[in-house]
Order: sequence, then structure tokens, then C-alpha cells
Amino acid sequence: MSGVAFPTTDSVDFLVVGAGAAGGVVAKELATAGFRVVVLEQGPYLRETDYSHDEIKYTFQPGLTNDPKVQPITYRKSEADHPQPMKAIEYGRQVGGGSVHFTANYWRFHESDFHEHSLFGEVRGADLRDWPIAYADLEPYYTKAEYELGVSGLAGANPFEAPRSKPYPLPPMPAKSSGVLFDQAAKKLGLHPFPAPVAILSESYLGRAACVNCGFCESFGCEMRAKSSTLVSVIPLAEKTGRCEIRPKCYVRKIETDDAGRATGAVYFDRTRREIFQRAKAVFVCANGAETPKLLLMSKSKRFPEGLANSSGLVGKYLMWDNGGEAQGLFEHPLNEYKGIQVTRLIHDYYATDPKRGFYGGGGIDARFDFYPAGFALRGLPPDAPRWGSEYKRMFTTYFNRTMSLLAHTTSLAQAKNTVSLDPEVKDAWGLPAIRITSDYHPDDVATMKWMMAKQIEILEAAGALKTWSQPYDVVSNMPSRHLMGTCRMGNDPGASVVNAYCRTHDVPNLFLADGSNFVTSARQQPTATIQALAYRAADYAIRAAKRGDLS
Amino acid sequence: MAAWPGVLSALRDAHTAAGSPTPHFETLDPDSAGEIDAIAAQIIPSTGGPGAREAGVIYFIDRALSTFAADDRETYRTGMAQLQQKRRELFPNSTTIASLTGQQQIALIRTIEASDFFELLRTHTVLGFLGNPSYGGNRGETGWNQIGFENLMAYQPPFGYYDARGDGEKK
Repeated sequence: MSGVAFPTTDSVDFLVVGAGAAGGVVAKELATAGFRVVVLEQGPYLRETDYSHDEIKYTFQPGLTNDPKVQPITYRKSEADHPQPMKAIEYGRQVGGGSVHFTANYWRFHESDFHEHSLFGEVRGADLRDWPIAYADLEPYYTKAEYELGVSGLAGANPFEAPRSKPYPLPPMPAKSSGVLFDQAAKKLGLHPFPAPVAILSESYLGRAACVNCGFCESFGCEMRAKSSTLVSVIPLAEKTGRCEIRPKCYVRKIETDDAGRATGAVYFDRTRREIFQRAKAVFVCANGAETPKLLLMSKSKRFPEGLANSSGLVGKYLMWDNGGEAQGLFEHPLNEYKGIQVTRLIHDYYATDPKRGFYGGGGIDARFDFYPAGFALRGLPPDAPRWGSEYKRMFTTYFNRTMSLLAHTTSLAQAKNTVSLDPEVKDAWGLPAIRITSDYHPDDVATMKWMMAKQIEILEAAGALKTWSQPYDVVSNMPSRHLMGTCRMGNDPGASVVNAYCRTHDVPNLFLADGSNFVTSARQQPTATIQALAYRAADYAIRAAKRGDLS
Repeated sequence: MAAWPGVLSALRDAHTAAGSPTPHFETLDPDSAGEIDAIAAQIIPSTGGPGAREAGVIYFIDRALSTFAADDRETYRTGMAQLQQKRRELFPNSTTIASLTGQQQIALIRTIEASDFFELLRTHTVLGFLGNPSYGGNRGETGWNQIGFENLMAYQPPFGYYDARGDGEKK
């Protein structure tokens, strides 16, 4: 921690809630533009020296994610069901947020993702809408994110990608055996495999060293600082200005407003659970697609009886899920997939919705291996394999280095009945309401995953798999959802959206929301690039607004 | 099957050989440790190479129940009590699970394999076999050696057979 420390009695220019993928970007932009910024982060401030390759700590316990023992989550499939305690959602909970432990897939949206409603019309049971912005509005910010954070990839290799103003700053990572097998099989089938764009350094960049292929990306923090989290990229730049203070272990319970309906700051519990009010001229909530609506719903007042910025009634609605099924294949020779980053090749051939398929939806398919030793033995074998005994042992010991997965990343339709709300009964360790998730697939979500699964198996077979199988992908099997989108959707109509095209709430002029909650559609998952591009764009707008006196 | 005192003594020898301190349980009593060890040794048996017993899974379980899995003690207590009841029904002349034959142990485990307790014990056995050795199991990286996981901090490509063979060759 090298930043400034403001007395809590000072009023600052901007308060940022959440130091994650979006909050880190926003803090850096605001501080480097000359504003005084306090960032309140629920989780601790960890460094690369705090991490390890401990599978038990990071994948069987909430090492870098929300801990349901202190912050319970409840889940129900529909309003008719009684919610049950369940880790239905998962998010990064430390400075750097999910950008610390994510797999680092870094896909830009396609042009069509921003106006699918215009392209395909209504989808029964869903609320498919266009975004109020187009790809071209975000393109400069995608580029900025790729260059400031450090992203590896090969421009032009994906024939379906939207136009780019610049190539990736770094060349792609080396192909693993899964990538080579996938590449050959996809080409054999007439598809267009391309090197995975990832927020991981293939070469040294901006003072950080290149990835050493240790293989512990997904769920782990990077000890080499080669994964381009906000923790190692933009947050140090924010602190270096001397105008940004990151306050870890600070848990915000309410955004306060004045009689004019403007945000005045936030009340939070500090590390000793003391309540503190931090005053600010403007507030950015970047707490993720579940914590952001939760905070707004908790910030009720006389003027905002249904929660802050919720005149539309849409705060917490349209939660979109981390959809996609996983297929696996066994090969004759060792792949040693535990070495190297998780994903090195993928396709976007099935990305666009094709009405001829009879349903809305599409997706990408990547070749990967995201199992660690114990997780593979517990969850990576074919569902009909023995679960104990000598044949079980023979299978997990011989399959571990000969298996690869094809994971689909597919659409999740926005449905008003899928929500983040406050559980009326269950409380967390601070006495605040637990997040209650109500969520189920749309029939087209299921149809998309099923259709994609047939393609995944087809590719594995073309790659020469001795045997293929798939893991279950019902809504509970796909938990926890790590992509939390749609719960404060963006739009031009204040009656049908929570934020405007610049992530500014329609109801509270000095309150911005920047994270996955803004998403109008899910695209095909892998939301981080778009979350960060939106955050850059929102910060840019807020800086201009503040400079012309529009926020104070 | 070896009875518990024999197992304990073998493990003690292994420890001495490895220069480790004498085995010591924090939560489990030696009798229940012996019974749980016998089941773990059927979940990951020592066929075709070292199994749960050689990896010291029982020490992992003891430490887990003393630390991060302390909430699971009651599940173990009631699960084991029910399993002993099943053992007495199936094999009235037996005294312990550890002293049953391998076939008898397998038959006994089949009666509980759908239970939450068995899933917990299976999970802990696998974690003790393949988790980080700092938790007391996976001794000498036994489990990692069995699956071919090298546990290095860095690797250079090529990583596997197919990327070593290169893009040029068609399958």
C-alpha cells in the first residue's frame, strides 16, 4: 500500500466502491485526471507474495472469493421456491477483485452483440433489448484497456471479430497440446480456430515479466504478476498519483443522499467493524453484478423507498448467468495440460444467433484444461466412471495428463424473473441482508448449450479423442456463476433501465455504476474486457462532467 | 487387511525413514483413525502403486477435522457410528472395519456410497492424496507422482506430445 491516506473526515472528489476489474480502472482514470479518490474494498489487500499453488485453499475454500460462512448467499429457482443457502454466485473479494483470480480470457464483444433485438426481434419469455451504444463507441476503450493492462493475442486471426484500431500489444501465448489438437480438428471441420486473447503477458511489458507457464491461472492469484489484474497494472498507477487511497476490508452498507437527491458519500464498516461515513462529491459503485444491486437496494431512504436509483424497479432484475457446457476427451498420448495457461485456442464460428437453428443464442468454444489434481479426480472423470476403488484410481491416474476439455461460452437471456434481491431472513456477519439469487435458464439458453455440446463432441472426435464425455450443465451444476451481468441495465429510457449510456444512473446525477450490472445482453460470456472498456468510458465521461462542474 | 496397530507401526517406520516427526493425531482417536484409514484405503487402494494409506491420507483428514473442516466432525461421528452398525449387521462376528477382508470392506462401503458422509470422506481422501503436502497428506508427493503432476513453478513449451509434434503433422 503506497497511496495517500485521507482523513475520513475529509470530503473527496470521488468515492469508488469496489477495487476490482472496473473499480481499479475507474480509480486510476480519476486519480490521474487530478481528482482525489477513495476506494472502499470489502476484501484484503494481498500481494503476489501472499499467493501459492495451494489447490485446497483456492478451489475448495474461498481463498480469493466471497466466503458464504460470513456472507451467506441464498438461492431459489423461482419465486415459488423457498431460498436455500448455497454458493450460487462467486466473485473476487480483494483489491483487484475478480481480475486477480480469473482465467484471463479477454474477448471483445462482436458488433452484433449491441443490437441483437433489432437483428432478431422479441424472444418469448425474455426481455431482449439493444444496448444504447454501439461497438464503435467502445472500440477506443477496448484498445485502451488492452494496452494499459497488457493483453496477448493475434489481431485478424478471428475472421468474425469486429474491426480493431490497433493490434494486440503482445503476441499470443504458445499453443498447448489442447490448442494444437483443437486447431487441427477445427480446421478439418472447416472452422476458424484462433489464438486465445488473454490478459496474460506473453512477453515482458510495462515493467512486468512474461508468464512462466506455471498453469495456476483460474482461481489463483499470479505470483509472477504476469496476469494483468488491476492489482498489478492500473491500481499502482492510481496510488502513484498521491491522490488515490485504497481502503481494504471496508464494507459499504449504504450510499447516502441529500435532500436534492444527490449522493453525498457512503457509510461503511471498517476493518474493526466501526461505522464510518466517507463524504464525496460523486460516487462510482463498481461492486459487481450482485453486490452493486444489493448495495442500491440497501440504500433506501424517504426519497428512494425502493432503493437508490431504482425508479424503474429494475435494480437487481435481469440477472444473466455464466452459461455453457463442458465436454471432455481422452487422448492416446500425454497432453500434460496442467502446464501453461488454461486456454490457448478457440472458435467464434457459432457465435452469432442463427434463426435457422430455431432458438436465440450462440457461443464460443475454447480448448482448455481447468482442472487441478484433486479437482480432476473429484469432478473431471466421465459421470458414469466409478467414484472409488481400484478402477477409479486407475482412471484418474491415467486420465489426468491425457484429457482436455472443450468449454462453450453461451448466451444467457435477460429475464425479469431472474434477480438479485435482499433475503428477508438470512443475514451476514455484519447483520446485513444476504444476497438472494432467483434464477433459472430460459428454454433457449438450454437449447443453445445442447446444440453447442453436439459441436464440442464433434470437434473432440475430429481431434482423435479415444473417448468423449460431457459434464452436467443444469443451472445448479453450473454454479457458482462467476459472470454476474444485467442487474442494473443500461439504456436511454429511464423507465426501462437503471443507467444511461455512460453508466450514470438516471435518478441520481452524481452516481455511476460500472461493472457487469450494466450489461443489457450477456453476449457470449467472457465479460471482463467489456466491463473494463465500459469502466474506461464511464470514467472518461465523469471526468469531463466533473471538470465542467456538472457533478459538484 | 492389516489391522490398525500394524498400519500405525508401518506409518511410524515410514516417518522415521523420512525423518518426519512421529505421527500424532489431534482430533481422531487411534481407533477411529484406524477405521477411517481402512475406508480411505478402499477409496484409493494401493493397487498399481501407492494409495491413500501410503500417502498418509489419514493424517490429512485428522488435520482437516482439526482446522478448516472442524464443522465436519459431527458428520464423521454419526457417519462412522452408522457404518459400524452396518458392519455388525453384515458381519456379526467382526470387531472392526480394519480387520475385515478387502472384499468385506468393499461390500460394507457399497451400503453407504450414496450418503453425504461417504461423499465427504471421498472428497477428503482425494484432497489428502492430491492436495498440497503441507496439509499432512500426499506425503512425498505420492499422489502427484501417481498422476504425473510435476509441481514445478515454471515450464517451457513444448508441454505435451501434441504440441511437441508441432502443427505441421496432420493426425
